[in-house]
Amino acid sequence: MSLDVNDPAVRAETTQREAPPSLPPVRPGALRWNDVAVFLGASVSSLCLVWLVYERLAPTSGALGFVICWVLTFLLVYWIVERELEGPLVATDRLVAVGIGIVAVSLLIPLVSILVYIVYQGLHALTVSFFLRDMTGVGPQQSAKAGGAAHAIVGSLEQVGIALMISVPVGITAAVYMNEVKGNLTRPVRMFVNAMSGVPSIVAGLFIYAIWLLQFHHSFSGFAAALALSILMLPTVARTAEEVLRLVPDGLREASLALGSPEWRTTWSVVLPTARSGLVTAVILGMARAVGETAPLIMTSFGTQTMNWNPFSGPQQSLPLFVWQQYQLGGGAQGAPAFLRAFTGAFALIIVVLILFVIARLFGRSKLSAR
Amino acid sequence: MGVEMRPDDTRIDLEAAEASASGGKPGELYAENVSAWFGAHKVLEGLNLRMPAGHVTALIGPSGCGKSTFIRILNRMHELVVGAALSGSVLLDGVDIYGPEHRPTDTRRRIGMVFQKPNPFPTMSVYENVLSGLRLTRSKASDRDALVEQCLVRAGLWNEVKNRLRAAGGALSGGQQQRLCIARALAVQPEVLLMDEPCSALDPTSTRRIEETIDEIREQVTVVIVTHNMQQAQRISEQCAFFNVNEGEPGMIVEIGPTEQIFDNPTDPRTADYVHGRFG
Repeated sequence: MSLDVNDPAVRAETTQREAPPSLPPVRPGALRWNDVAVFLGASVSSLCLVWLVYERLAPTSGALGFVICWVLTFLLVYWIVERELEGPLVATDRLVAVGIGIVAVSLLIPLVSILVYIVYQGLHALTVSFFLRDMTGVGPQQSAKAGGAAHAIVGSLEQVGIALMISVPVGITAAVYMNEVKGNLTRPVRMFVNAMSGVPSIVAGLFIYAIWLLQFHHSFSGFAAALALSILMLPTVARTAEEVLRLVPDGLREASLALGSPEWRTTWSVVLPTARSGLVTAVILGMARAVGETAPLIMTSFGTQTMNWNPFSGPQQSLPLFVWQQYQLGGGAQGAPAFLRAFTGAFALIIVVLILFVIARLFGRSKLSAR
Repeated sequence: MGVEMRPDDTRIDLEAAEASASGGKPGELYAENVSAWFGAHKVLEGLNLRMPAGHVTALIGPSGCGKSTFIRILNRMHELVVGAALSGSVLLDGVDIYGPEHRPTDTRRRIGMVFQKPNPFPTMSVYENVLSGLRLTRSKASDRDALVEQCLVRAGLWNEVKNRLRAAGGALSGGQQQRLCIARALAVQPEVLLMDEPCSALDPTSTRRIEETIDEIREQVTVVIVTHNMQQAQRISEQCAFFNVNEGEPGMIVEIGPTEQIFDNPTDPRTADYVHGRFG
């Protein structure tokens, strides 16, 4: 296999004096104006074709059918045109890429439509006083702008806050036990955490009702609701935290141990800070689970129309409970003031969740600039 | 150097007179009859090796013969592996580090280690990385800035990072990261520094700088380096130990001797085969 140095072709390569003129760089597979034009042209032409056949000629009707036909026709037209221009290989490749793109974008449709609809409906009763007043003395027939959900917002924040204070340390400790300490009970702990994630939320509420309210003779309170929420948050936080700790490279632990650090200090000062943004994700996922739960709140915090700042005594309102109770008051009728208020409550819930996520992400940002 | 060597003996004995005359420098390591197991599988058999203070000892030999395992026994990292076991003793300045009254963490502070893959702490800046050993062992330093500068100068990294001490530790190139790890290891003032193939993943420039570092620190810190690069072993070490393993048997030391002798005139034919590249 060795080169024959007498071969003139080999000689020419290896004894080159002048470099050939350098060619401009090409990015294979990059999008050009041509491709964008074909895409737009195919979509417009398939739209016109489907409109003609679907609306005018064939006995079909309905928006959903139209969109489906349009997408299918577009794919067919796009593939045919690309096959003519670039060849079957590129055409199939582009077709699959566009098809996957369409599926991905269409996943956004339910999410965006929920948001848009809630914002649209929620604007009816949205005033500044919505965030400042509670529902004291507001009758079911009064306008949607009467009253407010301040008591629900305060209740939600307090209950989720207390639930976080319980479930985050316990969850992260469980994750550290499963991944760093690797004690003898690791497998049972993991099994129980996984099992806990399947507990229905209403069962968690019933459990706290039976133990905390009945057995220990407490009344409805925000704290009881927080206990139920922490049962639901704990498995999510623990499992995600364990996955994130597993991603910390072993080399860092070894380096820390080789410097003379005890194992607990290695975990506290090296492993946990390295996994910080992932742990924040674990907390966010737990919060997302808890903040929208309604069923366990019915029998633990019970809900109320008045502001209750104390989570340890007396029933407390929270946003999902507010939405449900307003819906019930309104009887499900489309224009009922209570029904509109429910949508505004849902809108407020989305805003609160958004703010909590942003705060959590700010917490999780590394202080060093990553390059 | 006053080293005495008997051809059919695999031990080097520093003359007792010389040792006591030099005041018995701290940092002499002596591995006595060390064997190691992973579970039921024996990987090292009856090793005896004296690593004299203030000198560089190179451990050479083909892959898989237990050099890394041996070096981890020297700073009590071997026992961190689940199912690992060992026998024999490792004497640091005459005291067995595996004695029940010694904490592993104290030993690891006195016997530092640099790994094959550079592993600076990514959440800390360069400055904090160098001082991390102090923080993790709750030690104090009187002048932290001076200590950081001294360690980075010894590691040959000061000029490149003196203007970006607050940058992230992970933002440096591979060779710079490894030198940062060396600076970090030096900051806790160890008596011995173990190096497990520190240059194997690095470019020649970084390798040269690290060898310069080893040259500078050899008086104050005993260095034990595992290396696959035989030219490197010839360049920097004063004593070499050749490890070998036969199939199905635990690894062992075949020959120990001064570096020139191991490479130019080895006693054992297996050593001669290895250093001349006939296997490995």
